[in-house]
Amino acid sequence: MMLRSAPVVALFLTLPLAAQTAADAGQQLYKAHCFVCHGQEGESIPGVNFRSGQLRRASTDEELSRLILNGIPGTGMPPTNLSADERRNLVAFLRAMHDTGATAKGSGDATSGMAVFEGKGGCFNCHRVRGKGSRLGPDLSDIGSLRNAPYLAESLVDPSKTVAPANRFVHVVTKQGTVIDGRRLNEDTHTIQLIDQQERLLSIDKSDLREVTLVKTSAMPSYRDKLSAQEITDLVSYLLSLKESQ
Amino acid sequence: MKKLALLLFPVLLSAQVSFDRLLHTDREPHNWLTYSGSLSGQRYSLLDRITPQNVKNLELKWVFQARSLEKFEATPLVVDGLMYLTEAPNHVFALDAKTGRIFWDYDYHASKDARVCCGSVNRGLAILGDTLFMGTIDGRLIAIDSKSGRPMWNIEVGDPKLGYSVTHAPLVVKDKVIVGVAGGEYGIRGFIAAYDARTGKEVWKFYTVAGPDDPGGKTWDGDSWKNGGSPAWLTGSYDPSLNLIYWGTGNPGPDWNGDDRAGDNLYSDCAVALDADTGKLKWYFQFTPHDEFDYDAVQIPVLVDANWQGRARKLLMWANRNGFFYVLDRETGKFLAGSPYAKINWATGLDEAGRPMRAPNMSPTPAGTLIYPNLFGATNWYSPSYSPRTQLFYIPSWQDSNMTMAKITQKYVPGQRYTGGLPRAANAGRRGTRNTPVEDSAYGSILAMDPRTGQKKWEFKMNDVTDSGVLTTVSDLLFAGGREGYFYALDARTGVELWRASLGGQMEAGPITYSVDGKQYVSIAAGQGLFTFALRE
Repeated sequence: MMLRSAPVVALFLTLPLAAQTAADAGQQLYKAHCFVCHGQEGESIPGVNFRSGQLRRASTDEELSRLILNGIPGTGMPPTNLSADERRNLVAFLRAMHDTGATAKGSGDATSGMAVFEGKGGCFNCHRVRGKGSRLGPDLSDIGSLRNAPYLAESLVDPSKTVAPANRFVHVVTKQGTVIDGRRLNEDTHTIQLIDQQERLLSIDKSDLREVTLVKTSAMPSYRDKLSAQEITDLVSYLLSLKESQ
Repeated sequence: MKKLALLLFPVLLSAQVSFDRLLHTDREPHNWLTYSGSLSGQRYSLLDRITPQNVKNLELKWVFQARSLEKFEATPLVVDGLMYLTEAPNHVFALDAKTGRIFWDYDYHASKDARVCCGSVNRGLAILGDTLFMGTIDGRLIAIDSKSGRPMWNIEVGDPKLGYSVTHAPLVVKDKVIVGVAGGEYGIRGFIAAYDARTGKEVWKFYTVAGPDDPGGKTWDGDSWKNGGSPAWLTGSYDPSLNLIYWGTGNPGPDWNGDDRAGDNLYSDCAVALDADTGKLKWYFQFTPHDEFDYDAVQIPVLVDANWQGRARKLLMWANRNGFFYVLDRETGKFLAGSPYAKINWATGLDEAGRPMRAPNMSPTPAGTLIYPNLFGATNWYSPSYSPRTQLFYIPSWQDSNMTMAKITQKYVPGQRYTGGLPRAANAGRRGTRNTPVEDSAYGSILAMDPRTGQKKWEFKMNDVTDSGVLTTVSDLLFAGGREGYFYALDARTGVELWRASLGGQMEAGPITYSVDGKQYVSIAAGQGLFTFALRE
């Protein structure tokens, strides 16, 4: 957790004093009112990510403030009785969670990174960006909104250290002996949905299987010895530049 | 005319629901007259048309689609062919229980002052005579004419600006309507209160946080009792032979920081037995003294008359959010037995009096402490069931759940959240639209406990956790669901799956069964719909 929260703190220190004061006050409010549901990183609610800087229901500060006051009827988002000043501070903090500073852009060259991605890195073999590349691995078209530089750098050199549950692979063997490997998309008590190496979307009844293994390691190779430090830095900058809205 | 008379037949038959009928729900198993199906809280039905042999022939008969996107936590009532149902937050419907078609609806618009910690939900209604009773998310209690849907009276139970709300189905005892309040995350002072069913006038009120001059008042430090929480946000049970109501109370506030409320914090996390006429406390049993984990004892009290160690005894069975299953004597509150039914690390066990023995260094700290079970508990408010036939107690449980609980210092501000903590990184949190569990993820199960031994008789495991209630029937069927959207019929004796339906939305309510014109139905809310099944004809 610390690895990923550090950039937010660092960013705080770069804010103008008044904005930082507001954001500091907002952080306390966030802990008291928002943390339990939205989490430390502001991404615990599926479909809501404060770090992305984009909120579906509120684009302006005023709209966001109103949303905090009134809640969202029909959802788990309750109204609050925060004052206008408190809401302003909270909005300042939420805006500050959006990475826009140096740590968000990385220190490499994104153009060079793109060349590594598409060439030497062979990333398209498993990943997809804006309609190009394989669908087997996670689509990276919006990865810059979802992950920060340290996380991405770690993923490149030690991909198995943190594998998001949604990116885990499964290895299954049917009762007839057919072996299927793929990225698990969904799973319940009775079924598994996955995308296999031929990019087929398969829904499998567990009662038809004799073996199910959730693979612990990442299917991605480590680039520690395959790319230079500069290439990795550039690649991280390229990945950080990938935001769906662009 | 003959046809018209037949059409009107069910309505003409529907007599007023006297309290005597509520006392003897076993005489009319075709109806579902209270939240738990009876005043004993067993959620057990005497209907026997659906059996382990034919349950595979269940098919969907109708669906009621809610207009609300809020969680659908309601248990319907069924009275002589009519179903009374709420959809969130406070929208009441009268339906034809055979078809799901609507007779009337009453949509109460709650005040914008309403503060609810965990969803603008409603879990159901109570009925007496021709009157329905509904609590509201803005802290009110409303009486509604069951024939027309017109409100009859509407009174304040608690101030919504301070975080008081009523989310559960009221309990009717004699001529009174009894409700407790939610708001344990807003620094309320919790209470249970009884109101005259005809007028809404308050008859008695029992504070679930002892004041400084009350017995138990010394279990709070300084003025901490004023914002001590201890809400009572789920329906209680009633024993007419003792004239006692039983109710579970919630966490002390602030939830995860007990520094300013040294002591046991009575009557938080308790089972309380109250005189039904006066609200006077007969006894209490505290499950989690000085709770720092949000382990509300907000579960349905299940009353069982059974032989206990050689003699007939009036028992109270309780699967608690804190991970222990308890058997108490409900005449006295005496602890008879207790055992864990899930992984626990905050306590090493229970002493002879049933008090938990706290594990060292297992409290929230500023840095955070990993606690089993997590704040959602090993179970929660989801209805358990007890079958007098199998003599097993069925728990919808979360197994192996954990959470890092960190405490913070927080000042009380009226109407604002007052939890004193930052619980995080739960292994059983929301998993989103898609479910991608990993090796140490919590899982859900229906547990069949033998109360006599405290041992698990069987366990039906689900990949995801469950917020579903459990229903058992005289034909030894068990109905329950889970977050994955499957609704199951299990063999209540063995836990073997006999039937399932994929309803596409998680179950966060308790199933019921009823019959109309001799046909047995089973209903459960899932996602945004209420689904009703019956045997294929």
